[in-house]
Amino acid sequence: MTAEKFPIEAGHILLFSRAVGDPNPIYSDEDYAAASEVGSIIAPPTFVQSSAQFDPDYFLRPKIDQPWFGSGGEPTGIKKEKKEGESSGAAAGGLHAEQHYEYHRHIKPGDVLSATTFPGETWEKESKRAGKLTFSESITEYRDQDGELVITARGVGVRTEKIIEG
Amino acid sequence: MPKLKAADLTVGDTHTEVLVEDLKRTQLVQYAGASGDYNPVHTDEVFVTQVAGYPTVFAHGMLTMGLTGKLVTNLVGDGTLTNYGVRFVSQVWPGDTLTGTAEIVAIREEGGQHLVDLELTTVNQDSQKVITGTATARIDA
Repeated sequence: MTAEKFPIEAGHILLFSRAVGDPNPIYSDEDYAAASEVGSIIAPPTFVQSSAQFDPDYFLRPKIDQPWFGSGGEPTGIKKEKKEGESSGAAAGGLHAEQHYEYHRHIKPGDVLSATTFPGETWEKESKRAGKLTFSESITEYRDQDGELVITARGVGVRTEKIIEG
Repeated sequence: MPKLKAADLTVGDTHTEVLVEDLKRTQLVQYAGASGDYNPVHTDEVFVTQVAGYPTVFAHGMLTMGLTGKLVTNLVGDGTLTNYGVRFVSQVWPGDTLTGTAEIVAIREEGGQHLVDLELTTVNQDSQKVITGTATARIDA
């Protein structure tokens, strides 16, 4: 995830908190938040994942004038022969294995973050259910408008040889 | 919600909440729109069944982490988390009912700051683990 400018906005926080089913007024009610110990609206713990919205190259967002792999008139937007037993997860960018956040401070509307991602380690594991698993780690540093590190994120993705169900 | 107090906490105590009942496909659409992860495996039944080869769409792992985050912040209060991490164990499907449990595993002090460590487990209606994780939050003495 790389974004030069990830503006933290109250409306986006509201939509995100609804999507994760969290009615906590600290995510939506300015007056409640002002009177709380925190002092302002803050973002839910996993909110920075939505920096994807501000990553110009994020590959899981349809882009104007570019082919998309979701269905239209055809089951897939991209004409591609699927090989027998090929991992669908790979076609869709793999599966998410782990996600970790370290909070240096909690972000609030008005902050403008930058997100910079560095590759971490990669490793392999054999699984009876899914064949060879290839794990790869990435570290994303979220910095605020003053260059201060606010959140460090560590994600681990996995590509499987076979489809896993449940 | 005020910060928790170390004196009020006991290692081994647990907090359990139902995080979502009968998860709807619409909530997956809602999460895709808010988070910006439009991977069709989460929202496009035609793609996911005919091309990707899954029985139906499935939840973003990050939606399950977000739902579990509610359990954590309901327990430790707002703006107190210092660490939150999960491992995605099993997929979450439409129709699932998820229940999360946080167990207090340590109450400690680091550099003058009191902290609580939690172990997290979220299960589906069949008691199958969907994520496991840990969280640490600041507490008062």
